[in-house]
Amino acid sequence: MNENDIILSVLARHGNDGTRLMQILRETQEALGWLAPHTLTTIAAGIGWSRAEVEGTASFYSFFHIEPRGRYRVLWSDNITDRMLGNQDLMLQMCQALWLEPGRVSEDGLVSVDTTSCTGLCDQGPAVLVNYRAIPRMTAEGVEQMVDLICTGTPLSDWPAEWFNVVSQVRRKDRLLDHGLVPGQALLAAIERGPEAMIAELKTSGLRGRGGAGFPAGQKWEACRNSPGADRIVICNADEGEPGTFKDRILLTDHPDQVFEGMTIAAWSIKASRGYVYLRGEYRYMLETLQAVLDRRRAAGLLGRNILGQPGFDFDIEIHHGAGAYVCGERSALVESLEGKPGRPRLRTWSLSVKGFLGLPTDVNNVETLANACLVAVHGGAWYAGVGTAKSSGTKLLSVSGDCARPGVYEYPYGVTVAQVLADCGATNTYAVQVSGASGITLTTEEFGRRISFEDVPSGGAFMVFDRRRDMLEMARHFSHFFAHESCGFCTPCRVGTAVNARLMDKLAAGHGSVYDINELFKMHRLMQGTSHCGLGSTATNAIHDTLTKFYPAYQRRMKSLDFEPAFDLDSALSQARQMTGRDDSGAHLSNSEST
Amino acid sequence: MDAPRKLKVATTSLAGCFGCHMSLLDIDERLLDLLEIVEFDRSPLTDIKHCGHCDIGLIEGGVCNAENVHVLREFRANCKILVAVGACAVNGGLPAQRNHLQLHEILTAVYATEAGLASGVQIPNDPELPLPLNQVHPIHEVVKVDYFLPGCPPSGDAIWKFLTDLVAGCSPHLGYGLIRYD
Repeated sequence: MNENDIILSVLARHGNDGTRLMQILRETQEALGWLAPHTLTTIAAGIGWSRAEVEGTASFYSFFHIEPRGRYRVLWSDNITDRMLGNQDLMLQMCQALWLEPGRVSEDGLVSVDTTSCTGLCDQGPAVLVNYRAIPRMTAEGVEQMVDLICTGTPLSDWPAEWFNVVSQVRRKDRLLDHGLVPGQALLAAIERGPEAMIAELKTSGLRGRGGAGFPAGQKWEACRNSPGADRIVICNADEGEPGTFKDRILLTDHPDQVFEGMTIAAWSIKASRGYVYLRGEYRYMLETLQAVLDRRRAAGLLGRNILGQPGFDFDIEIHHGAGAYVCGERSALVESLEGKPGRPRLRTWSLSVKGFLGLPTDVNNVETLANACLVAVHGGAWYAGVGTAKSSGTKLLSVSGDCARPGVYEYPYGVTVAQVLADCGATNTYAVQVSGASGITLTTEEFGRRISFEDVPSGGAFMVFDRRRDMLEMARHFSHFFAHESCGFCTPCRVGTAVNARLMDKLAAGHGSVYDINELFKMHRLMQGTSHCGLGSTATNAIHDTLTKFYPAYQRRMKSLDFEPAFDLDSALSQARQMTGRDDSGAHLSNSEST
Repeated sequence: MDAPRKLKVATTSLAGCFGCHMSLLDIDERLLDLLEIVEFDRSPLTDIKHCGHCDIGLIEGGVCNAENVHVLREFRANCKILVAVGACAVNGGLPAQRNHLQLHEILTAVYATEAGLASGVQIPNDPELPLPLNQVHPIHEVVKVDYFLPGCPPSGDAIWKFLTDLVAGCSPHLGYGLIRYD
């Protein structure tokens, strides 16, 4: 098959439907290696979009390549936890062995080595993606072997299979991970309850969105059900991009049935016929397994037409792939991306429950929220609300990484203290915890009594531990670069602000900073919080603000100049002594400036 | 990560009693641990006369004369982090008890009207001597101060916690038990 035929067959598979552009681009790139200008032209013609629109999407996402790339593309996951595990040295070692500069394709077109945002393997880093296949636990020996395999042109399928072994490190199970449900059980329970009663149970349960925002799931389902529309859509947000978060990876790996079943229960409750899992590009390796689970569920009558014998209950799920854009975790950006466009958050004119995907009422829930809905269906809302705190019912999955003996996923009832988590994961000499990822909150030792809950410390799931060896300015600086890279560029406060912050942080880190720069950072914090278009911009300065407030010495020791004016006139303060001694020599005078 | 360089620490006592410095010595055998992570510049412990570029400056005592101002400014100019250690540096403390009196009354009383003075005694006016300020001031009124460590004196444990927090790059937090004003 020549190139053109390959493109046409991909287009045909997707019905020349432009709203499926993301999938068309991904599959074309997987077949051809990169998206050449003529490839984009062919695709644009095929879907009837302008060439500019197609290139707009192709150039927006990190994992689409509109320039040639190496046959091997090695991307080092560059979360702060990967750095703490030494990814920079390993990447340098790899580049030196390959005679390569980071970010450049080798002269012979064989290989490129670069960094990418957190790949969700923080509990088993340093991690790399090789042609988008995840390899955890890289070592110096691993790098050596990998360089040999690359230089000899060995296909990935012949690489040591154990390298690709991503393990599920579940350290503490509670109600969700110990659900004991068989496929279909929760769905049957929901059907027996009926849609309205199911939503009522969900409202009783107090289940709130697990992605971080904490919107009540029952309210969301109800709003969607009550919105007029020819059809409705259920979307599972599996774009787990917040650095340090990997709990959805565990759910999708170990409990995919619960996730899909939660979606099916949502569909039953809100009368939706189509479901999408928006799977982050970094989790490409799960695709085949998840599709097999979907096939099995179709065969078992849990998806498709007349599900579980209910006439008219038609629903199916498709897995849609992201392509490396953190902003797509924002639900309206996710919907844009699902429609084949760049992932830019929408204006909030319409709630997605009213006008979402393709203008249809759309329910977007986090992976963990949907898995929890199964528990509500089976056990009821009152049972579900039996654990947790007043405003945070149920349990929360925490992805623990960083300086601790036992990184992995921990499930706790809401209300668990930070100190408890630290004790359980074997963290010693801890002096900071970054909860909820780069956009989250930095906690210092005296705050370890605080509780994970919507009332106190809300968490999207990340829990990164830092001990006394760590430099918190470095963490904040790292996150500032993350946001500068991930800003979608739509609004000025975020596009410019994230870049300015990254530069200021670099300046401070290099020891060229002053109080002026600190003031600029605070100013930018207020400005971005108040004026950014979406949550990315309004949370991008949290880590800077928190570390400036709680770890100021880490900044001060790098500052060059400090400005101060004394509180009183120093020379007049010597007046009486001058008078009494009759002195007027230079030693009997003081200036108000600080020069000695 | 590179091995962290040792932080430089300078200390001085202005209008104080050296009680805070004694309290620093009260960290006892931890002094050896401290010397693993910091290096002392100007300090009564080293007898270095002038302060070089330092990370942390610890100031005991308030500001009562012109020389105190010069020393304090030398510290501010050279220390990235300046700490007011103890009640006198924080609030003026005991020496500030003279603040309700006029300086000329004090000087007159001590050098002219006090009973038992030898004949010919006058108020010292040698340019070598620093002139006293009209009042005693806490150091934050003269230079920008980054942290305040209260106590008269702060305990050895408090000083230890404070310094190790600073060295670790963490905003110092004494917490219940260590923070006290007496």
